[in-house]
Amino acid sequence: MPSADFQTHPTFKRGVLPHVRLLIYVTICVAMLAVDRNFHYLESLRTYLVTITYPLRASAAEPVKLVGSAAKYFSELADSQFKQADFERLQIENAQRLLRFEHLEQENGYLRKLLGMRKRVQTHSVAAEVLYSAPDPYSRKVILDQGKQEGVEPGLAVVDAEGLIGQITRVYPIQSEVTLITDRNQSVPVQVERNGQLGVMSGTGQGGLELRFVLADADIKAGDRLVTSGLDGKFAPGLPVAKIESIERDTSAFARIVCKPLGGVEQSTRVLVLSRAELPPPPPKPETGEPPPPPPLAAKRDPGDGG
Amino acid sequence: MQITNRSNRILQPTKPWFVYLSLFIALLLDYVPAGDLSSVLPDWVALTLAFWCIREPLYISMGMGFILGLLVDVGSGGPLAQHALAYVVLAFMANSLARRIMWFPALLQALHVLPMLLIAQALMVGVRMLTGEGFPGWQYFLSSATGVALWLPLTYLLLLPQFQPVDRDENRPI
Repeated sequence: MPSADFQTHPTFKRGVLPHVRLLIYVTICVAMLAVDRNFHYLESLRTYLVTITYPLRASAAEPVKLVGSAAKYFSELADSQFKQADFERLQIENAQRLLRFEHLEQENGYLRKLLGMRKRVQTHSVAAEVLYSAPDPYSRKVILDQGKQEGVEPGLAVVDAEGLIGQITRVYPIQSEVTLITDRNQSVPVQVERNGQLGVMSGTGQGGLELRFVLADADIKAGDRLVTSGLDGKFAPGLPVAKIESIERDTSAFARIVCKPLGGVEQSTRVLVLSRAELPPPPPKPETGEPPPPPPLAAKRDPGDGG
Repeated sequence: MQITNRSNRILQPTKPWFVYLSLFIALLLDYVPAGDLSSVLPDWVALTLAFWCIREPLYISMGMGFILGLLVDVGSGGPLAQHALAYVVLAFMANSLARRIMWFPALLQALHVLPMLLIAQALMVGVRMLTGEGFPGWQYFLSSATGVALWLPLTYLLLLPQFQPVDRDENRPI
């Protein structure tokens, strides 16, 4: 008997078995996860999806923004009078500092000219607003309303009025994603403002910061301010980052240093994206008869050693 | 089609456009940035997907879960295909248990859905822990519980177009 007689009638065809389809989909998903984590082949797919879902996400965020701004309006109304007094006092203080700053800047420019160093390039900045924080519960990320069209690039520093809050990690045409410094996977090269001690600061993932791999006998104490060191060539040096809260020195070689961010990480809504800091120019070749300029830290310590 | 297989009431057939509209609205609700509340609010897409996978296992299945998962991943900013994996498995479980679940009243249906949602969430936690992230805390699983608590109202809401009578009576609009 020909086998064609036993073929299933088209009405009862069910296509590929569910278990096989599950296996196929799971394989695709696992492959995508692995590729997304280790390579960057899927970034274009992500950018495409982000762009086509932008109207959806923007309209979904709108009511939340409305509620937030209404609540903010009423709380700020009561708060603003206190703040104004604060600001007036601050302005007077700042005016004095500004005068001194201008004087120092002139002096600095003169000294640089003397040393024949290239003038530091003024960093360019983009003002942006935080739209919302990414709903992924594992990471600390926020979405900004400025993207590639305004010149935002991956790797740039994001600051608010008080200090560094994060780094741009993904850029879409009209939005960008900031990984906050409190994220587990975010590290910032820093130095202690008081004495130039270098270190790397990482987020704990629970809203805190930690200065890692600093030897237990290093000259660091609670209350020290940490600023970016600029050694990574991405952040401009000297941006305030955090303040040291407590130091635990136990038997291990490294101290456990807990820090508190200076900027309003996870609170600020208006931020600045600072463009890449220019790397300092390579030290000039020592010419005949002229000694190379001394490194600035050595110069700072000299008077103490001599006295 | 009935409300459950034991019910005597015959419903109108499912309207495909309504299925897609409900999934679209669920996606929109998932995109709402809820901040700290996000661990309490249900995963609307997972819930709606499970519902239609149980009601219409021949039309809504793993492919829909995969596409919706990718779209949710894009909104959450996590690794691509994390939600897709969870929703594919969720759709598979809902599809294969659909014939059984339809024999139960809505409250017992919810009890069937709870472990499915928990397994989908556990998969996502597993994926993130494999990539080196920490455990997000037990309150992360709360959203499954709130989702299941909404199963009964959701059933009536999503079946509302099918409750309409075939012949419209001006004196009795519903």
